[in-house]
Amino acid sequence: MSTMISAIEPTTSWYLILAAVLFGIGAFGVLVRRNPLVMFMCIELMLNAVNLSFVALALSLDDINGQAVVLFVMVVAAAEVVVGLGIIVAIMRRRTGMTADDLTELKG
Amino acid sequence: MELFVFVAASIMILGGAIGVIVRPNPVHAALSLVLTLFGVAVMFVSLHAHFLAAVQVIVYAGAIVVLFLFVIMLLGVDRTEDISVEPITAQRPLAVVIGVGIAAIVSAAVVSSADILNRQGEGLDLTTVESPDANVRQVARSVFGDYVFAFELTSVLLLVAVVGTVLMARRISSSEKGK
Repeated sequence: MSTMISAIEPTTSWYLILAAVLFGIGAFGVLVRRNPLVMFMCIELMLNAVNLSFVALALSLDDINGQAVVLFVMVVAAAEVVVGLGIIVAIMRRRTGMTADDLTELKG
Repeated sequence: MELFVFVAASIMILGGAIGVIVRPNPVHAALSLVLTLFGVAVMFVSLHAHFLAAVQVIVYAGAIVVLFLFVIMLLGVDRTEDISVEPITAQRPLAVVIGVGIAAIVSAAVVSSADILNRQGEGLDLTTVESPDANVRQVARSVFGDYVFAFELTSVLLLVAVVGTVLMARRISSSEKGK
């Protein structure tokens, strides 16, 4: 029995399905959570899901370009977090409310 | 063995991701995010992307999560958020439909196209005991060779992000306000 289990190797499809589930959890979090910081964390979850599928496909398709793209995704994610957190700090300095629902000044 | 690593890392990733979306306290959510990021790093190692695993731990778990925690502490929003209320009617059921729908559609596409996943590209140098830097060398040759222009553009992007953030987050002094 144990030799049978150890004979099973995770295929690329497993990694891609795991990445899809992770992306779904991240999308759910962005839609449901009201704290802008937690919404940013959920965006990070989605970016990581995409990175995971890039790396899995780089191994499966035997192509290094998948890993090179992940490096650029990480750089853009870092820049995005810096700008996003800067915006959040600038907004929070002028008001006390901490949820996305409190930002209603632009309501028509 | 690979199966064991996959199952353990999957539990880390999914447990951390669920922690991010259900923990009411933002600090706990950030620490759950660390768990997910480490799980993804483990996956990278098992997928022979050793350089990206190191970058994942250093940049994501090191820099980005610390930045999150820093902002949480700076703003003093480390209070527990009441997530039992649902501000918009029927938002959560719709979000469940969208989240499960995305995962189901992508999974269905993966399962139905499993046979095209085995095409061969230019070749991936796998890290072995004899050549411990094979993966780093190949990534470097790709980034600094084929994608050197994009690499230089990312440095411009980071510079713009830093300058923009400093400009946004600084305090406006009273002498400037008068103008």
